[in-house]
Formats: sequence, C-alpha cells, structure tokens
Amino acid sequence: MSKATTGCQRLAIVDDMTIYNAAAQKQTLIEALCGCDELELDLSTVGEIDTAGFQLLILVKREARRLGKQARIVAHSPVVRETVDFFNMAADFGDPMLIPAQEG
Amino acid sequence: MDEITTVFVTESREQLAAMEAALLELENSPGDSDTLNAIFRSAHTIKGGAGVVECDFIVAFTHVVENALDKLRNGEIAVDGDLVAVLLACSDHINALLDVLESGMPAPAADLQADGNALLDRLQRGWLSGEGKQSDDSTPPATSDGTVESSGGGVVETDCWHISLRFGQDVLRQGMDPLSFLRYLTSLGTIVRLETLADAMPAADDMDPEACYLGFEIHFASSADKAAIERVFDFVRDECTLHILPPRSRLADYVALIKALPEDPMRLGEILVRVGALTQAELDVGLAAQQATEAAATEETAAPPLGEILVEQQVVQPELVEAAVVKQKQVGEKKAAEARLIRIQADKLDALIDLVGELVIAGAGVNLLAARSGLAELTEATSVMSRLVESIRDSALQLRMVQIGETFNRFNRVVRDVSKELGKDIELVVSGAETELDKSVVEKIGDPLMHLVRNAIDHGIEPAEARAAAGKPERGRLSLNACHDSGSIVIEVADDGGGLNREKIARKAMERGLVPAGHTLSDQEVYNLIFEPGFSTADKVSNLSGRGVGMDVVKRNIQSLRGRVEVDSQPGEGTRFTIRLPLTLAIIDGFLVGAGSAGYVVPLDMVVECLELPPQAGDSHYLNLRGEVLPFIRLRDLFEIRGEQPVRENVVVVKAAGQKAGIVVDELLGEFQTVIKPLGHLFRNLRGIGGSTILGSGEVALILDVQALIHLAAHRDEPNAILNRS
Repeated sequence: MSKATTGCQRLAIVDDMTIYNAAAQKQTLIEALCGCDELELDLSTVGEIDTAGFQLLILVKREARRLGKQARIVAHSPVVRETVDFFNMAADFGDPMLIPAQEG
Repeated sequence: MDEITTVFVTESREQLAAMEAALLELENSPGDSDTLNAIFRSAHTIKGGAGVVECDFIVAFTHVVENALDKLRNGEIAVDGDLVAVLLACSDHINALLDVLESGMPAPAADLQADGNALLDRLQRGWLSGEGKQSDDSTPPATSDGTVESSGGGVVETDCWHISLRFGQDVLRQGMDPLSFLRYLTSLGTIVRLETLADAMPAADDMDPEACYLGFEIHFASSADKAAIERVFDFVRDECTLHILPPRSRLADYVALIKALPEDPMRLGEILVRVGALTQAELDVGLAAQQATEAAATEETAAPPLGEILVEQQVVQPELVEAAVVKQKQVGEKKAAEARLIRIQADKLDALIDLVGELVIAGAGVNLLAARSGLAELTEATSVMSRLVESIRDSALQLRMVQIGETFNRFNRVVRDVSKELGKDIELVVSGAETELDKSVVEKIGDPLMHLVRNAIDHGIEPAEARAAAGKPERGRLSLNACHDSGSIVIEVADDGGGLNREKIARKAMERGLVPAGHTLSDQEVYNLIFEPGFSTADKVSNLSGRGVGMDVVKRNIQSLRGRVEVDSQPGEGTRFTIRLPLTLAIIDGFLVGAGSAGYVVPLDMVVECLELPPQAGDSHYLNLRGEVLPFIRLRDLFEIRGEQPVRENVVVVKAAGQKAGIVVDELLGEFQTVIKPLGHLFRNLRGIGGSTILGSGEVALILDVQALIHLAAHRDEPNAILNRS
C-alpha cells in the first residue's frame, strides 16, 4: 500500500511491544507522529505485546486525534490482533484487520 | 498435572484437614459460630479453587455441601451427630475426589460417583429439602451461585457478574500484566463484554510508558462465586481497585459502583450500558434516583461505605461482604506465610541429606589425616571445617524435622469414629504436639500408632457401664503425648481403662508354650508378652482388633525404625505404651571406642561419662560408681574378642530409658560424627549392634545398640532374660 500523500510515514515496529521496550517505543512513536500528518504502523512482525505495549497504541491513537492527524495500524501480527480484540478496542481503533483465511 | 492443580490439591487437603478438625470441634460445641464459619470457609475455598482448576465434579459435590453448611450457619438447620457424621463423610469424599483429580482422571469412577450421590441424597433428604426457609437453589451450580435474595423491585435484569477494575500505576513495573489476569479470568467463565478505559492516561508528554493507566469494565458470565473471582486478582489486590457485583444486583448497587469509580458518572453509565450490565432505561432510573438521594443526603456527612450500603439493603448476602473481609485478611496472612515458606520436593531434600552424609564421612577422613600429619595449622583448619560441617549437618537435618502434631491430630477423627462405632464416650488428649522429629520417622510411625490407639479404644477403655461400676468417670480418656528425651523421641499412648489382665496373659502364654510352665515372671515381662506374634487375649474378635495380628507387627515396625516399644499397666487404672525412637535415621553424633583391633561407636547422646575401670572390679559385673551400683559389660566378652588385654580398661557409662550401665572398652577414641549404614538382613538378629559406619580411614566401625547392651548388663543374671528379646 503505497501512499501518495507527502506527509505520510510508515513505521514498522519489529521488536516486541512489551514493557521492556515501552520507553523507547513511546519516544519513537510520538516522534514519528510529530514528523508527519499520517502515520502508518506496520505491526506485522510484533512477536509479543503486553499491556504496556497496548497502552502505547492507545496513546498514539489518542494523540493523533488530538493533533488532528491520522494514525493507522495497517498490518497486525496475530498477537496484536488478538490483543486488540481481547481489549475490545478494534472498533475504537477503527483499523481494518486482516483475518487469515483459515480462521475466517 | 499442571502447577495450579498441584497447588489446589495440596491446599485443598489442608483445608479439608482444617474442616475435619472443625467438624469434630462442632460436635463438642454445637452452634459455635466461629467453628461453623471456619467449616463453611473451608468448603467454600475448596469449591472456589476447584472452579479455578475447572474440576467440575468437585465443584458440583462441594456446592451441595456448602449449601448445607450455609443453612447450618444461618441456623436454619441444627447441628446433630448425624449431620456431623454425614459432613465428615462428605469431607472424606472430597478427599477421594481430590485423589481422582490428582491421578489425572477426567471423572470419578462409577462407584465413587455413586458414593457421592448417596451422600448428597442423604444431605438433600435429611437436611436440605423442606426444612429451610429459603426456597433457593440447592441444585448443583451449573447456572448461578451468587444467589442474591430479591428485595422486591429494582433488580437489574442480568445474569452476569459485573467487574470493575482499575489498575494501579505500578503494576507493570512490578512485573504484573493486567492482560494476564484478564486472560486468567476467562478460565472461570466467559467475558461477555469488556470495555477498556484509558481515561486515566495523561497527555503524551506526561505519559509514563511503564505505568499502567488502564481500567476495565467487564460483563462476566460465570458460575464461580465471588471469592473465586476475587482470587484471580489476589496478586494485584493491593494495586488495583476491584468492584464485583454479583448477578442480579440491585440497581442501587450499580449506582453505588458508579459513584465509587473515578470516572465521570455519565461516561461510566454509558459504559455499563455498553457492556450490557444495565439497560438505558435502568440507567436513567438509577441516575435520577441517585440525584434524588444526593439531594436528600447533602446534610449528612459522608456516604457510607459500599459494603455497608449493600448489607443494609440486604441485597448482597452478608457473607459475601464478610467473606471478602475475611478473605482479605487471609490473603494478607497467607502472603506473609508464603514468603516464609517454600515447598520443595522431598527427594531433593533426601539428596541433600545424602550428600551431607558423604561430606561428614569425607570430613572425618580429612580430620584423621590432619591429626596424623601433626601439622598444627592443618589441624586447626580442619577443626574449623569440621565445625562447619557439623553445622551444615544440623541444619540439613533440621530441614527434615516436622512436628508430630499433624500426625496426632489425625487421631481425633479415629477416636471419634471408633468410639462411636463401639458406643463408648472417649476424649482424646494430645500433648507435646510441637515435638519435632524426622519426616521419615513421622511417616512410618503413623500405622503403629493407629494400631495402639485402636487397641486402646477397643480393649483398653471399658464400656461406660463398667466404668461407672468401677467408680471412674464415664468418659474414657486416651492421651497421646510426645517429648524429647536424651536424643530420642518418646511417644506415649495411654488410656485410663482396665489395664492388662496379667493372669490371662500369663495363662495364654503358657498355653501357647511361650513360657515354660512353672516360671514366675515379673509384671513387666508378662506385659511384654503381648508383643509376641499371634498373641491375643481378646474374648471376642471385633473388626477393629483382637485377631492377634498386630502387636508383634507394631513392635517390628518400631524396631525397624531403630526404636523400641514398652508397655506398662496398672490393673484398673490403665495401660501406657511408650515408644522410643531415634530423632533421625541418618546421622548421629558418635563416641568412638576401641576394643581389640576394631572400633565401635556409641551414640553420644547416651554417653554420660567415661572412667577408668577400677582394678578391683575384677571379674564381677558390677562396680561402685559413687555409691551407686553400676552393672557393666565387657565388649571383649560380648563379642568374643581375642588378643592381649590392655593394662588399663575404660568404662563408658551410658544411659538409656532411665537405666544406666557401663561398657568396658580398651580405649576411648573421642567424638565422631557418623552416618549410619544399616546392617543387611543377614545380621538382623545380631544383638547389641545397631548398625555400621565407615570411619575416615575407610575402616568399618560397628554402632552399638546401647539399649540392648544395658538390658543385657542389667539382666544377665536372670535365667529367663531370654524372654526379653529386644
């Protein structure tokens, strides 16, 4: 999915979104959001996500809304998808989630 | 079996033991509310735990028991002997169900299941049906547990629990992830709907990525009870705000909840509607009512705590609140206790003890070499080391020490059951329950003790009429006592019954040819005859005892623990069995002596003093020890050791079971830690030798069985000493 919009930036998070990386990832995410109008998050390789990591997603979404920007998760890894579902935030986040064929 | 199940089984067994003890107490003091509550809590905890590990058959069974206990506690049914008996049987059945769970079978076997159903039937027919005022559910808990008495109108139409959770900021930093708790919650039931609240999260600049800002409103369908749900959050209890509303709570409770939570009431209300806890109409009614009460309550100082409101309105079962309070306290205590206790596998401990044993032997070897080398520094260093080894040995052995009280307490039940069966009234008096002894000894002493206790109840204590006729109190008395005595533990089983019938025993012994006719025996000797194989004087055989198998087995079991058992009896006053056991089976402090070319070890605890054998002692077997007659025995004679007699001989004065004797040896070689290696079967009948050990030099030394030697020294002149085979 390539974007024509100039202010669009794609950020792929490859590390686990756990409390161990939370501080660094918060920095990365907030900086990335400040540097563009539209942030696309690729979480397809996130192997693990915990409450701390999940909070960061909420934070980015909320900051984006506050600043009138866009923050979208364009690719979920299975754990991320499952966690977002578990917390019942899929509707809140409003990102399209790809459900693998064998599960759908 | 996964870890949580293991923990559940262990803890449930503890709960069952507590429940059994409380049930027995209940018999003595019916209506004691503390005891009733304790019983209820135990059953309740087991059920809750069973829910957590998803063991349905235990939940189903315990639920009915709990219902009965609840009625009992509310005074709807009265305590009587029958009920206690059934409840005890129920507790046994739960124990059996735990076995099933432990063995990994998915469901109890048919006969066990039938037993359980029969018990439940009895409970149901005898106590649960009809009598209670409440018409509530005593059916197994497939549907709902949190039965809340309806208080008329205003009940919220929902069958689900409502859980409000606000996590503290520090939980993540403490390594606890709310996500895991919520996932664990799903093991208790189904999360129908969950709403995540991130309102507490500050703006990006102030947001600490390692703090937790989340809260959750959860609509939760489960047959678990409140305590079980709360238990899920035990670990974060201090760090989170937790509100749990049972199914069908009153609207006012939700209003109270809304007030208690930090978020804006309107927003919360919406969330409650969203998770399905309330309908919009209910919310409107609730909020309107709240405003009305608020207006009315402005003059009052503060709103009463939630718990109070709930109880006042009689909406929540009072025990729900009470249980929560008790639970909180228990959790606190338990946490503290857990911090001080670790459960480890017994074989790990055994391996450690083995290693320490080897260390002791190796250390002795080093000591010996050091002493031979004559290097002062080396000797000093090794003496420091051996002191440390000694401490290690002591602490290692200490690890295995357990109090005998637990074993004793088992007998409460035995005494109750057996005396019921026989129609006798007997009280059990336990003393010295805190006496510690080696775990392996405790395990093995249970059976012999059981036998002695049953015997005492069956044969020892007379029926009430006979007691009354003899001018004794009708209630029989059985006492279990334990204490330490010079390196061994003494356990006494005493009754205040009729005592042993000396004549009858003697006659029986003659009949069986155990004693040659015409021999006169001391009382002691006669009484000890009951330990002979196949000896029984009981006129009638009951299913408890009297078949003549037993006392010899008791004696053999105790001997295999290197202990001995004695019996003493006063006609008309009672019988006392005294069991003496070594504290530990593995390692002892020894005193090394030499006779001929070999070394022998005397357990140090038994050594009183050492002296030179006075030359005038000559061939007699007695010497004058400060005016006291001291029988002695020569090791050289006893073991037929040949060779040159030394110029001077030494006497080791030993004492066991109140008797003193001297052992004459060639030389005294000093203290020595020793690991006991048992003798093989071939040598089982050797007298005077208790075991063997390996010296530091690699030589074998024999450990003397001091009690046998004392006996030998004291009774050498009696022709029938042979009867007192030890």
